[in-house]
Parts: sequence; structure tokens; C-alpha cells
Amino acid sequence: MSTMLSLSGVTAFYGQIQALRGIDLTVEKGEIVTLIGANGAGKSTLMMTICGNPRARTGSIIYQGEDITQCAMHDIARKRIAHAPEGRRIFPRMSVEENLLMGAQVVKFADYDKQLALMFDLFPRLKERINQRGGTLSGGEQQMLAIARALMSKPDLLMLDEPSLGLAPLVVKQIFGAIRQLNRELGLTVLLVEQNAYQALRLAHRGYVLVNGAITMQGGGAELLARPEIKAAYLEGGH
Amino acid sequence: MIAYALQQLINGITLGMVYGLIAVGYTMVYGIIGMINFAHGDVFMVGAYVGIIVLTAFSGMGIAAVPVGLLVALLVSVVLCGVYGFTIERAAYRPLRGSFRLAPLISAIGMSILLENFVQTSQGAKDRAIPEPIPGGFKIMQQHGFVVQMSYMQIAIIVTTLVTLGIFTYIVTKTPLGRAMRAIEQDAKMAALLGVNTNRVISLTFVIGSALAAVAGIMFLSYYGVINFFIGFNAGIKAFTAAVLGGIGSLPGAVLGGLLIGLIEAFWSGYATIAYKDVAVYSILAIVLMFMPTGLLGRADIEKV
Repeated sequence: MSTMLSLSGVTAFYGQIQALRGIDLTVEKGEIVTLIGANGAGKSTLMMTICGNPRARTGSIIYQGEDITQCAMHDIARKRIAHAPEGRRIFPRMSVEENLLMGAQVVKFADYDKQLALMFDLFPRLKERINQRGGTLSGGEQQMLAIARALMSKPDLLMLDEPSLGLAPLVVKQIFGAIRQLNRELGLTVLLVEQNAYQALRLAHRGYVLVNGAITMQGGGAELLARPEIKAAYLEGGH
Repeated sequence: MIAYALQQLINGITLGMVYGLIAVGYTMVYGIIGMINFAHGDVFMVGAYVGIIVLTAFSGMGIAAVPVGLLVALLVSVVLCGVYGFTIERAAYRPLRGSFRLAPLISAIGMSILLENFVQTSQGAKDRAIPEPIPGGFKIMQQHGFVVQMSYMQIAIIVTTLVTLGIFTYIVTKTPLGRAMRAIEQDAKMAALLGVNTNRVISLTFVIGSALAAVAGIMFLSYYGVINFFIGFNAGIKAFTAAVLGGIGSLPGAVLGGLLIGLIEAFWSGYATIAYKDVAVYSILAIVLMFMPTGLLGRADIEKV
């Protein structure tokens, strides 16, 4: 296995406030890696820092052998890192189709139809909604659209921030199923932030625990699930 | 009297088209970076001056074909104003992005004063005039000795504006550039996450807006025949009012607002006193905003989350 992404000593700030305190993290090709932690621990910031906003103040981010620490956001996206960020951020006044077209910004036009067909396979619901405005979709549909939009760029690395937030259990199951399917069938590498630590650790190969902007624990998914301190902090009543 | 009203309608639509073209530039920039580009009216003025320089050069060379001269003036003006728009954004607004909200606004007022003074010193403070480029017109009807006229120039203005707006609408709704512009307007950070070079798209927005202002400048010049370095201020404020009336941020709203203001001005001048036409325009703006704070086609920003 070769390394897809590796962070070493990454720090990031919002103004004066330090959000990340020396993060070391690696993601191997073909892996699903999850970040768990309480609200405000820095999970979303970590993902956004990989995308270049906020920029890492110190440390380095190496993606497929290339240092991307100082790259602009749109350049990072063009290197096939796709991010479905917190809050879904669907373009509300664009149709589903236009949202998907925005996701396909960085791919050749010839690939668009192929990717689109793949997305309709994965989320048939989007096909029915193709001309509807993004802002009028239900929460679950918006989440599917957010993931599909990220996937339209044929990413090597997909980052998902809380894809299950606010969704009905059945929809969550469907979305997690889709992530697993993409990982197994296409070998897609996934970095996942999830509030539902139990489901996330079951899905992931490895996990990192983030507390107050620093990584306090790491290990295999099943291994972390079995740890008593994880159980106490993140799993009690969580499943 | 129908004939008289019809004449005001024709005049109002012509004037409104020019306002609409300028208003689109205001509303576009507002939509994409949330600032009022107060220098936009002066780009329009520069466009008119480029027109007069080209037309003078043409007649100086003894070329008599005025419509050709006008077309060349239009193209040169569009290109030069595009460069102006690009430079203004680069020099005066981009360094202030992320700063407090008033900073680019003040910078815009500075750019406006700079352009006015630049033209005043380089072209002189006196009014400049050209002979009517395309004289003549149609007689549409006659009633009680009053002749309703639609000049060829008015037709040219209306047709050019419609073509320009058509091209512009196509760019915004159908091309990847237009899609990226709308995406930035709705969520700039997300657009960047998807690979949109937001700085480039913002630059192009200024270029397109300025090109539209250039078209409006040439229209204004050929319709009135007289310009000075200060026309940008008045037309700019009117067009800005049009953008607000139509709902700032809304492109069809800008055109609608422009048309309405043109019509209000024409009818007020025709039936009441011409001295108070601006009072009428701004009163109607105030009344509309009292009942529809987001303008006629503007939207309240309520979205389902």
C-alpha cells in the first residue's frame, strides 16, 4: 500500500484561536479512515485545512508525494481531492443537474456522462430530482447530492464531513452503504468525520480520536471500538 | 392624447435600456462580492469618451460612413472598458477583500473620483459634442398635428441593448463561466472547494460588467450627442437606483428597474415638470422599498437548510 495523504505537525488558527495543535495523520490508498471527537474538537477544521482554508500555519500536508500545504483551494480541488463539507452546502438556487455540473468542473467533459450515470446508480433519487432546485430538496436528498457532487470530480480522495447529520436511520444506512460500495468496488480512499462514532468505526479501517485540536488516540476501527475509554466517551447510548 | 403618451413610451424605453445596461453591472458585482462598485458609472463615462475619440479620429481621417465608425467605436470601447474594469478590481478592490465591509466601498468612491479627474484633465472639462450619428426616423402616427417619431438611433439603441442582454443572459445561464459566477454568488467557499478559481471569475465579472457599461456609454453618446466628464455620476446613481428598485443581485431585476426608471423619467418630464423628474424617480424608489424592501424581483434570503 502506498500513502495517499500524510500530515505532519499541522497547526491551524482562526484569528488568535488555535484550532489544530500539531496533527500527524496518514491515509493509505484504498483505506477508509475516520476522525471521531466531540463538537469543536477540530475535525471539520482538519478537513478544511487539507483543502487549504484555513491554511496550515506550520507543518506539512503531502498528497500523493506532493506538498500541497501552500496550494490555493481550487488547485487542491484540481488534484482530485473532493470534499463534501459540513452543512452540505448545496447551491440552493441551482438545479440538481447544475450542482452536479459544478462538481464536474475539474473533469473532462467526456467523463461527465459516465460519472453522472454512476451517481444515478448510487442515488437513484437524484435522477428523479434532476431539474429541481437544490434548496428545495429534503435533507437526505441534499446529503446524497453533496456526496454525488463531490464524486463527480472522479476524486482519488473523498472527504465527508458528517454525512449522517440530521438524517433518518434508513437514509443513513443507505449513505453508509454507498460509501462502503465505492470503497470496495472502485478502491476509493475515504476520510470520514462522523458524530455517530459506532457506525463510523465499524465502517472504517482505521480511526483517529481528536480532542481539543490534537490526536489523542489512533488504531484499527474494531480495536478502537473495543477500548473502554472510547466506549465511555463516544459510544454510550450512541447506537 | 394617445400619440403624446406613445412618444413618451418610446423615449422612456430607450432611456431605460441604457440605465438597464449599466444597472446590470452594479447588480452583478453586488451579487458576486457584495459590494457596490461606485466607480461603475465612471467606467460608463470612460466608455462614452472612448467613443467620441474614435468617432473624431474617423471623421478626421475623412471617413464618412458613420454607422461603421459607431461600430468600431463600440468595439474599441468595449475592449478598453473591459481593461479598465479588470484593472480597477485588481488595484483597488482585491487587496481589500476580507477587510471590513466599508473599505472597498470607500476605495470605489476613490476610483470614481480618480476616473473623473483623469478624464477632466486629459479631455477637458467642457462639454464635448458629436453630430447626430444616424439622423432621421420613422413617423409612427399623427394625431391633432402631433407626430410620433421613432428615430433610427432609438431603434439602434433598443436593438443593440437587446442583443447585448441576450448574449449576456446566455453567458450567465448556459456557460461554465456563468455557472461559476452563480456558484460564487451562492457560496464562494464551496465553489472554491469544487475547483473554481474565484479570483479569476471575479475578475471576469468586472470585465463583463464594464463591457456592458461601455455599450451603454456609446448608446448615451449617440443618443444625446453631448457628454462631459461628470455624466458617470448621474447615470451611475440612476442605474444604481434601478438595480435597487429591481432588487439588487437580480439580473432581470436590473433590466426591469432600468426600464421603469427610464419610463418614469420620460412620463414625468412629459406630463409634469422636467425639473422634478429626479424627485419623481427617487420618490418612487422610496415608496417601492417601503413595501418591498428587497426590490421588485429581489428575494429575501430565506433558504431551506
